[in-house]
Formats: sequence, structure tokens, C-alpha cells
Amino acid sequence: MNAALALPILAPLLGAAISVVFRQLILQRLVSFIALSVSLVSAIIITVDVSRDTDIAVTRLGGWPANIAITLVADRLAAMMLLISVLLLVIVLVFAIGQRAVDEHSAIYHPIYLILAAGISQAFLAGDLFNLFVAIELMLMASYVLLTLDGTDKQIQSGITYVVLNIVKSLFLLAAVGLIFAATGTINMAEVPERLAGLPDGVRLGLNLLLLIAFGIKAAVFPLYFWLPDSYPTAPSSVTAVFAGLLTKVGVYGIIRTETLLFPGNQSQLLIWIAGFTMVVGVIGALAQSQMKRLLSFHIVSQIGYIVMGVAIGTKAALAAAVFYILHQIPVKASLFLVEGIIERDTGETKFDRVGGLAHRSGYLALLFMIPAFSLAGLPPFSGFLAKYSLVRSGFDQGQWVIIGIAIAVSLMTLISMTKIWIGLFWGEVMPVVPTGRVGILRHYRLMTISTVTLILGTLAIAAFAGPLYEFCVGAAEQLVNPMMYIQAVRGS
Amino acid sequence: MSFALVFLIGVLFSVGTYLLLQRSLTRIVLGVGILANGVNVLILASSARQGTPPILGKDDGPFTDPVPQALVLTAIVIGFALTAFLVALAWRSWTIDGYDLVEDDIEDRLIARRLETDHLGDVRDREDVDLNDDTEGDGA
Repeated sequence: MNAALALPILAPLLGAAISVVFRQLILQRLVSFIALSVSLVSAIIITVDVSRDTDIAVTRLGGWPANIAITLVADRLAAMMLLISVLLLVIVLVFAIGQRAVDEHSAIYHPIYLILAAGISQAFLAGDLFNLFVAIELMLMASYVLLTLDGTDKQIQSGITYVVLNIVKSLFLLAAVGLIFAATGTINMAEVPERLAGLPDGVRLGLNLLLLIAFGIKAAVFPLYFWLPDSYPTAPSSVTAVFAGLLTKVGVYGIIRTETLLFPGNQSQLLIWIAGFTMVVGVIGALAQSQMKRLLSFHIVSQIGYIVMGVAIGTKAALAAAVFYILHQIPVKASLFLVEGIIERDTGETKFDRVGGLAHRSGYLALLFMIPAFSLAGLPPFSGFLAKYSLVRSGFDQGQWVIIGIAIAVSLMTLISMTKIWIGLFWGEVMPVVPTGRVGILRHYRLMTISTVTLILGTLAIAAFAGPLYEFCVGAAEQLVNPMMYIQAVRGS
Repeated sequence: MSFALVFLIGVLFSVGTYLLLQRSLTRIVLGVGILANGVNVLILASSARQGTPPILGKDDGPFTDPVPQALVLTAIVIGFALTAFLVALAWRSWTIDGYDLVEDDIEDRLIARRLETDHLGDVRDREDVDLNDDTEGDGA
């Protein structure tokens, strides 16, 4: 059991080291797959373990006693996010290889991708605040490199915004961790809550806000979202898919931990407002775009609002809905970017006035876009409907009418913006004109198609097995509303 | 903690913030460095207990808490890597277009261009607003 918790971090890091030494592309690909497979197997073991026997898996590295050791903790939320992240990383890696982009042929693509995987895994498993900070830095450092790997003019421009904003975020987080240590004398997430409870209200509020600002920048919530739509679209689609699916979710994970474990209790009116504004601003931004990748990037922001809404309402049902929303959101969002990647690979761009008639050329591609697009908008019978239904239902129980109204209106606007992509790219005359011999799109890109289809089947599976999955999410929410379970598990009995 | 340290932290934070808000990349890099050091001093000053070095076998009196020092050491290394990467980005930006200024973001440039074309009154130009060729000279 102990090894399983450390492996999702160690295997990719070791793989990265090996990958740097062997510079042949074939070997690098092999190493990446082996390392991520090890991560995947251990993530499955952890998830099965927390859903069956032990509720919360804990490992103390080096066998030190509870209050000294660096701990790795996996409760149901962390295990679920770890599993789905590693799955996404594997699928997108297949896509990246099929994409034949220049990036993947760079000697450092695979090592950096593995380091990104290690950082994301460690962020979910970290049992103390400083470890969480280091994990986020590891992940961000890898993301800086992936974002600017081509070194083109546009990538550097947006890369600078991204890097500077994230450094500011890191400094906020570091200052928050340092001040929490100063105030409580510990950074272990199982010991901090108890000692924080004894502090004066003003100090608590200050520390809480400092953490929220740091994680809020990373999660791209209103009003700290502006860097995201500028920087994500310049990366290759495979990289954007990982960023969209996972990096913002690490920020959301931080917000969930802050609000449930470190500063539990009262329903947060501030977060409800933030959630509402995030949804509305994101979707309005999306409606104004005329290029698929930028439009989708604004939707990342908008969808984060729904998850924050669940966290803000804060009841067990709302948190379960938020966890289920994350589960649905990661594959749906990523698969939209993968579809965009296929279109971009074929036509060279995704601007609505330069590309058209894709539905004439490939009906299957249109179908591949339609499923996640409807799911994102929240139409039945797709996973998005179930996620939004459970979220709205939990708000209904608490009488949060305003936020429910906003959530439903934003769903409608999401559908409108998806229609805009449909009209812009899939309808109309075939543009740019292709040679008559070249029919279809998907048959030319087998590997990309296979990975995209796999991911979309995954989103359909989430809808099909929503019952048991939702049960699991309720279990995760139960652990979130009772932070004592986490605390006792980490301290050991 | 001493007043001098509090004052120093305040100065480092304010100077760092000021430099971060400049448009020149060189100043931003300097600002990041100063702000990072401000945070490091903040952690050391606010959480360090004063005492003798915490070495096993020496049991004379209250020990210094080694944890904040370990935290700051890690933070310094991370900050160093970040600054190095930022310098590399600034260098690359300079070799591409010869400026070291941070450019306006894409939306700003699009809106500015839309206003310009509105003044010219040429409808076709307005529909031609392009994300791809907005590189020349806007940031200067």
C-alpha cells in the first residue's frame, strides 16, 4: 500500500530522468508509456483501496512519526482526481504522438511531459501545504516549458504573461504557507485546521483570503482569470487539452481543500458571487470569439464557475455535485480540445471565416464534436446534464435562487456558443478547398482519432455509470464535510 | 521580530510590486527577484525562533526552528529556477522583435484595430481583423 501512494510521483520523475539520457524518440515514447502505466496502475490500486477498505490512504515517507514525516494522503477526492488525471495524460500522449507536431519530436518534450505528470500527481497527494506548493511549482515549471517549446513570437508573448502571473501566484501561495506556519507552527494539513481554529477571526480571514487568491489565480476564477484565454490557445492542441483539463483543476482542488479542510464551516457568500461572475464573464467572453481554440479557452473559465458554485454552497450534496462536475469536466473539456486539434491539423487553423463545411467532409468528425459540445452545454442524456442537474438541485435545497438562475442561463449561452462553432466550422461551403481525391478527415489521422474516440467514450461511460460514480462522489463529499476523518487518518490511531 | 525586518519586508514588497507593474521585461525580472526575496524574509522573520543551532548532541538551551529555514532554502532554489527561465524568455523576446516590452493583450489590440478601421469606415477591413498578423509594432 505504501509504495502505491509514492509511485505516481516517483515513476514519472524517474522516467523523465531516463528519458533525458536516451534521446531516441522511440525509446522516449516507450519510457513515457511505461512510467505513465505504472502511475495508472498505482492510481487504480489507490482508488479501489479508498473506495473499499480503508477510507483514506496515508503514507509517511521514510517511516518517521506522524508529526515529523512528509505525508502523502489520498482520500476519495484525491484518488479520483489522480486516477482521471493519469488516464487523461496517457490518452493525450497517444494523441500528441499521432499529431506529429514539431513539439513531440523535441528532445525534451517527453521528459517535461513526465515531470508535469509527477507534479500533478504530487499536488493531489500532498499531505502538507509546503509539499503542495512544491508540487504546484513542479507542475508549473513543466507547463512553462511546454507552452513556449516552439519559441515562436506568439508563444513567447503569451508565455511571458503566463509565467509572470503564475510567479505572482506562487509568491502569494508561499507567503500564505509561511504565514500559516508562523501562526500555527505546523504545515501538516491534518494539524493546521485545529490550531487555526484557535486564532483570532481577523488572522483567520487574512490567511483564508491569501490562500484563496493564490489558488484563485491558478483556477482562473473571476476576477483573476484574464491570463488564461491569452496564453492557453498558443500551445499545441494536445498541450492545451492537458492544461485545460488538469492545471485549472489543481487550483480548484486547492480551493476545495482550503474551504473544507483548513477553513471549514460557514457557507461562503463571497465564493457564491465569485462563482456567478466567473460563469457569466467566461461565457460572454466565449460568445465574442471567432476562433475555436480561444472560444473553448473562455469556456474553461466559465465551467470553473460551476465547480466553485458547488464548493461555495458547501453542503454535502453540493460538494458531491462539485466533485462529480470535476469528474465530468476533465474529459469533456479535453476532448473538445482534441477535436480542435484534429481540425487544426487538417486545415491549419480554426478561424470561423477561414474554415467551413467540415460536416460535408466528415460526418464522424461532426459527431465527435457534437457529443462533448452537448455535454458541456448540459443537454441530456450526456454527463454534463447529470452534473448540472445535481448542482442545481443542491442549490435548490439551500434556496440559492440567484445562482441557480445564473447557472441555467449560462448553460443556455454555452449552447449558443457551441452552435457558433457548429455554424462557423461545420456548416457552409467547404473551406479551404481540398483536392477531390482526399475524402474524409479522420482516416488520415488514425492515432489522433483513436485517442479522441477513447476519451469521448469515457465521457459517455460517465453518463452511463453515473449511479455508482455519483455514489463515489457522495462518499468523497462525506469526507470533505467531516474533516475529522482526514485528520484522524493522517495522525494515525 | 525586529522593526527593521518588518520595514525591510515592506520595502521589498513595495519595490517588487512597483517593478512588476512596469512594461519593460528587465524590470519585471528584477521585480520578481525582489518580491521573491521579500517573501523569503517574511517567512524567516515571522516564524523563526531564535536559539542555538539545532545539532544533535548539543543540548544547550532553546534551539532555532529548522523548518522555516528548510522552507526558505527550497523556495530560494525554486525562485532561482523561475528567474532563470524568465530571463531566457526575455532574451528570446528580445531576439525576436528587438523590444523588451510586454505587449498589449490580444483583445486590446483587436479592439484598438476595430476602432481604427471604424474611423476609416472601410467595412471590408473591419471584417479582416486578424489574430495572426498583429505582431508588428503594436507594443512599441
